[in-house]
Amino acid sequence: MVDIDHLEFGLETFGDIVANEDGSLQTAAQSIRQIVKEGQLADELGVTVFGVGEHHRPDYSVSSPETVLASIAAVTKNVKLATAVTVLSSDDPVRVYERFATLDALSNGRAQVMLGRGSFTESFPLFGYDLTDYDDLFNEKLGLYDLLRTEKPVTWSGKFRASLKDQEVYPKTEHGELETYIGIGGSPESVIRAVKVGYKVIIAIIGGQASRFKPYIDLYHAAAQQLDRPEFPIAVHSHGFIADDEDEALEVAFKNIKANFDRIGLTRGWAPMSREQFDGETKVGSFYVGTPERVAQRIARTIDELGLGRFDLVYGAGNQTAAQREHMIELYGGKVVPRVKEILAETAAVK
Amino acid sequence: MTIKRVGILGAGKVGIVLAGLALKAGYTVRISGSGAVEKIALTIKTMVPGAVASENADVVANSDIVILAIPLSRYKNIDPAMLKGKLVIDAMNYWWETDGIREEVLDPSTTSSEQVQDYFQGATIVKTFNHMGYHNLQEEARPKGDPKRKALFVTGDDHQAVDTVAAFVDSMGFDTVVHYSIADGIMTEPGSPLFGASLKRDELAHIIDHFDETEFGKKIAAKQL
Ligand SMILES: NC(=O)c1ccc[n+]([C@@H]2O[C@H](COP(=O)([O-])OP(=O)(O)OC[C@H]3O[C@@H](n4cnc5c(N)ncnc54)[C@H](OP(=O)(O)O)[C@@H]3O)[C@@H](O)[C@H]2O)c1
Repeated sequence: MVDIDHLEFGLETFGDIVANEDGSLQTAAQSIRQIVKEGQLADELGVTVFGVGEHHRPDYSVSSPETVLASIAAVTKNVKLATAVTVLSSDDPVRVYERFATLDALSNGRAQVMLGRGSFTESFPLFGYDLTDYDDLFNEKLGLYDLLRTEKPVTWSGKFRASLKDQEVYPKTEHGELETYIGIGGSPESVIRAVKVGYKVIIAIIGGQASRFKPYIDLYHAAAQQLDRPEFPIAVHSHGFIADDEDEALEVAFKNIKANFDRIGLTRGWAPMSREQFDGETKVGSFYVGTPERVAQRIARTIDELGLGRFDLVYGAGNQTAAQREHMIELYGGKVVPRVKEILAETAAVK
Repeated sequence: MTIKRVGILGAGKVGIVLAGLALKAGYTVRISGSGAVEKIALTIKTMVPGAVASENADVVANSDIVILAIPLSRYKNIDPAMLKGKLVIDAMNYWWETDGIREEVLDPSTTSSEQVQDYFQGATIVKTFNHMGYHNLQEEARPKGDPKRKALFVTGDDHQAVDTVAAFVDSMGFDTVVHYSIADGIMTEPGSPLFGASLKRDELAHIIDHFDETEFGKKIAAKQL
């Protein structure tokens, strides 16, 4: 059952390079400053969470999301500040704790850690890790992070990092604990892992019908009950684009999301996105594209079908202009979010 | 041979989707992960109720057809003797996320399915299910004759085995385009315009028939010269 009063709505950007009106590209530095502006806008509109991704490649501006979030913290009041996601496997959990605890201080307790395995590989060689240790790295580092999160002295040893003995890590947070999510893709194993550590879960649904994740969510709840671990409402993030006009929204989204997916696909040998695929995604799949009404209808449906507690829209894919990005945020916060709640209230009344 | 019992090695994204399709098609399904039953029992019970969670040896021993749905970098963890005499579907591809550096997993001089066939000497390998994303496999399985039905490429050296697998694929919800050469598996490997694409039979057949005109086909041809 969806708890409409406590539903959370987020916006996330992976830090794609912003385009100028003439089609030329802004610098990474300009793109980063644009994100700060957008974070401020999201806060003014009452969006619950603002997330910034971590990438180490030329097509994305942000490699150091907490720094960007710190800047957003200074110009916002209520919005939670999240990473989408922190690539824990190639990071140092101690550093992760320290950076987020600092962000938490700067933002008066609004920092939110989202840990993931990431969907890119660049960070592995960059920080001296071997991709074949993919699973082990994540498991081990999650274990250490979980100890650090208690904010008590930590004694730990593992394969990938120097041991710690009765080690205190600073600064301590004011609330005694950093809010932490685990980001997962489509593997059942990762659901069980998230249940075991007892964090909140955000599912990245980047393609296909949202309803196919229902079994994963059932698995999450079944595992939590069987293992006697805490259960939280599930969060989901998916790509989207909103404009006043339906056709305009579809054209901008097709051009940009396709460019983004195809560029990534190229390195993985994945065939380019066809118009049929794109249309499937916007009609019944995982791209939330169109007018505010249409996007609201589709988000409401996903929240209802999956019984979600939070929905994050990933915005800015490809090279969109600042005006397109900002207007999308205005429509999301100003129109889509209130409309989704309204639709869900109507659905609940009918049930 | 009539197939009644389907065995799936690998209880990840693809393994679970294929288990679901096989149950729906009326087969008995056994499935295993890399470890003990307990590791996957809850997952199987919740996500594909009706499938039997088990371990590799039991799955293989009690199945008429075995599907390899594990990361390509892991198949050598399976004893080739175990699959001796078995009809085996290779659904594997090299995939950056799980497999690490390509050259360490695959000998660049031949194709992945040839290497899998070489390793599992006594087994008959047929490659299919590999080139469609797992959620497309799940969402696009359709009854025979449905105008929107999608197709899978099925290939292997053994004619009879390929035909058996093609009929099996058809029963799982897909049309097929069939070749009788395991080396042609390359046509649907990463880099191919077919990798990640879900197409209808005529569209798939068209690209297969004109494979050497595709960019990827040209690259492969150049390598073989
Ligand atoms: N994802 C797709 O869309 C897609 C589509 C078509 C084909 N494929 C191919 O299908 C294969 C599986 O992909 P996936 O996405 O399903 O991967 P996945 O979600 O990572 O699942 C892999 C599964 O294989 C298991 N496994 C590993 N070693 C094993 C062993 N020696 N014996 C038995 N099980 C073992 C793993 O178990 P543990 O967790 O216990 O290690 C896990 O359950 C890959 O080769 C991939 O290229 C993928």
